Amino acid sequence: MGPSPSISIAIIGSGGAGALTTGDCLLEAASTVGWHGLSTRTLGPQIRGGEAAALLRLAVRPVDCLPDRFDLLIGIDWLNAHRFGNEIKAGPKTLVISDPRGGDLPPMVTQAGARVVEIPMKELAKSIRDGRPNMIALGIASRLLGFTVEQAFAPIAKRLAGKGPAAIEASLAGIKVGFEEASGIELGTQLSTPKPSSARRWLLSGNEATALGAIRGGVRFAAAYPITPATEILEWLAPSLTRIGGVLLQAEDELAAINMIIGSSYGGTPALTATSGPGLSLMIEAIGLATSAEIPVVIIDVMRGGPSTGIPTKSEQADLNIAIYGLHGDAPHLVLAPQSVSDCIFTTQWATYLAETLQAPAIVLSDQFMGQSRAAIERPADVAFIGARNVATEISEGYKRYAKVANGVSPMAIPGMRGGQYTADGLTHSELGIPTSGAADHLAQLDKRRDKLEQFNFGDHWASVEGKGDLAVITWGSLTGAVREASGRAIADGINVRVVAPRLLAPVQPERLATALAGVKRILVVEQTHSGQFHRYLRAHYDLPAPVRVFNRPGPLPITSGEIHHAITDWR
Amino acid sequence: MSSIVTSPACKPGDYKSDIKPIWCPGCGDYHVLMSFTRAFAQLSLPSEKIAVVSGIGCSSRIPAYTNCYGFHGVHGRSLALAAGLKVTRPDLTVVVASGDGDGYSIGGNHFLHACRRNIDMTYVVMDNHIYGMTKGQPSPTTEPEFDTALAPGGTGLRPFHPLVVALASGANFIARCFSGQPNETADVLAEAIRHPGFAFVEILSPCVTFRPDEKAWKDQVRPAPVAATSDQGKAARRLMTDDGFNLGILYRGNRAPFKPAVGVTTTDLSELEKDFEL
Repeated sequence: MGPSPSISIAIIGSGGAGALTTGDCLLEAASTVGWHGLSTRTLGPQIRGGEAAALLRLAVRPVDCLPDRFDLLIGIDWLNAHRFGNEIKAGPKTLVISDPRGGDLPPMVTQAGARVVEIPMKELAKSIRDGRPNMIALGIASRLLGFTVEQAFAPIAKRLAGKGPAAIEASLAGIKVGFEEASGIELGTQLSTPKPSSARRWLLSGNEATALGAIRGGVRFAAAYPITPATEILEWLAPSLTRIGGVLLQAEDELAAINMIIGSSYGGTPALTATSGPGLSLMIEAIGLATSAEIPVVIIDVMRGGPSTGIPTKSEQADLNIAIYGLHGDAPHLVLAPQSVSDCIFTTQWATYLAETLQAPAIVLSDQFMGQSRAAIERPADVAFIGARNVATEISEGYKRYAKVANGVSPMAIPGMRGGQYTADGLTHSELGIPTSGAADHLAQLDKRRDKLEQFNFGDHWASVEGKGDLAVITWGSLTGAVREASGRAIADGINVRVVAPRLLAPVQPERLATALAGVKRILVVEQTHSGQFHRYLRAHYDLPAPVRVFNRPGPLPITSGEIHHAITDWR
Repeated sequence: MSSIVTSPACKPGDYKSDIKPIWCPGCGDYHVLMSFTRAFAQLSLPSEKIAVVSGIGCSSRIPAYTNCYGFHGVHGRSLALAAGLKVTRPDLTVVVASGDGDGYSIGGNHFLHACRRNIDMTYVVMDNHIYGMTKGQPSPTTEPEFDTALAPGGTGLRPFHPLVVALASGANFIARCFSGQPNETADVLAEAIRHPGFAFVEILSPCVTFRPDEKAWKDQVRPAPVAATSDQGKAARRLMTDDGFNLGILYRGNRAPFKPAVGVTTTDLSELEKDFEL
């Protein structure tokens, strides 16, 4: 069989078995060799002892979604593997490495007719002092994928640097044993040799990418309240902000977090908070305050299954409605969505830039899948979107904080500036910022806040528009990767497909979408919600100039490129 | 307060805006405003270096009546907003204004954590034992038997004791004032602003409209019989047993104020990017 553009591996074990470490090391080894890759973790809500699996896809080119089927499954044990249900799919060509004492093979293996090879990983580990079965698994996977023992060992050596020589020795011994055990086993597919590249290679999660994007955009203050699956953003920011002279405060709740960042930004320091659906719900009132008082802030929502506590560890796109429509009153604000781990850097930086430039709150909708995936990527180029707030420079007598100006963005005085004193207010106010309940002032300020967003030229970054086919697939957020891959497959089948994925969800861009959809004959909307929120949003704000079909499904199961491909080819 | 930049020859009037307050004639909050401006003048603070932050309620209208930078935010969250401002702008004098509904009910959790965090700011609560702006509902400090439309015959609930809560939660300075004594109140506010860390000043400020009975407060208040203590145990006993009318500085702690982690090691973002490089 010839080389394949991507290979997918799942390492499965009960929590604490170390499957996730094995996965992390494989991804790192692969990226060192020059491959791209994506890994996600899937786990239950238990902190320890539940089910855990590392899902990896290694590829020659950047990859933004998981596969339809896995090529290699390694079961360190199968104790809780049935809980993954349809999340990890095997096929007849899948190679399964199973520990004979690891429990019964789960239905996903037995029903697929996969090839099973038994290796007693636990027994082998016991033959090594302090040996661990996950290192045996790492050795096995490395051999099957074509890594050397050294390449497999390097990432674990780095991780164990502080744990002493014994731990390092044990790991190396485990990898070697696994490597030997895998001798003679054929994976049945192999990855093409990576093309040499001079680009600096990075390995990071979407949440880390989001945090970096914010810092690149100028954020120097963050307020943090822990919540799954957003916490890693805040945990990366805490030391990183300190290193560059910024500050992170842990808030007592999300109500405090959002108000803290408004306070920081009012004082002139660009600010961010990160949360998930339940936290966003609590923040909504103050996001309206930031809209009214025209204070730039960035709110990251790493979406998880909802409503209410929902499924904290699984992805969904169902916060679209609250992000766009959740504020009371007429409250124009920015809503953006990154499309991949790498794009989390760009989109968050751009969101920060837009918030600062337009003196408005920006909600960035990431999701659990993208946020907690780790990707091997090439370092994204620096872009020029760096905080550009219109700060008042010359303040004259009678300074008007909310002056009606042509582009709606009035110069903002920052505390400390003599003569610029004003009171920022959530009450309807005049140009001076003085509370009023007059109709004329109310209308003038509503107009101002609407116009500044509507008149702004957001440029080509507003969406990814790819291809010229007469079937348009419209999607958003982390599903863009799967849609892109599905459309590639459809194009290979001879179906002309174009992909349209807005990165800017609010304010809406009807003219730009009309251009992007010019000439289409069919429109397929793809989204991960139960009620079709994105489809309804498109219907409310855009002309969809062709017959529309919707492929929507709620979480927790990811929507795969194979399913989208099927939805495309099925429409004849 | 660590570094006060002074401005020469300040008069209280320099800190007043020309916006006419919405308060009822005779409201205690007029005197609180007077005390604010007198305290600022006493400290010769440049008005552009002061930020007055508030939430929602009659008392929270005060920022716009000063000539300082102001923030009239949402109900109950003024302390959080002020925390974000002060830690990023330590050069500013931050004064937070609130009321018993805004500060002790909807904002109660933030009160605890602001005391605990001990950021260098001054928290003034104008306590009138009633929700005034919404026309007379019981607040956390309303007496149990006080009759209102929302709680006919009274709430039957034990009033909240803000000073005790402040002490237990870690406030570094605790005082009680009466709005009808604007000079004494101004002196206490100036002390509170000067004191490092989180300073809590409760000002009894009568609501003449919904609590006309509070006009009698002027005869009930008295200077606290003993001087301020820095002993938490003594302060606790004193605060737990007083009748709510002892005025003055009641506790003066010496806990170091909050300082954000420092460590400007780089301005070069590529240093941070090394976390991700292979």
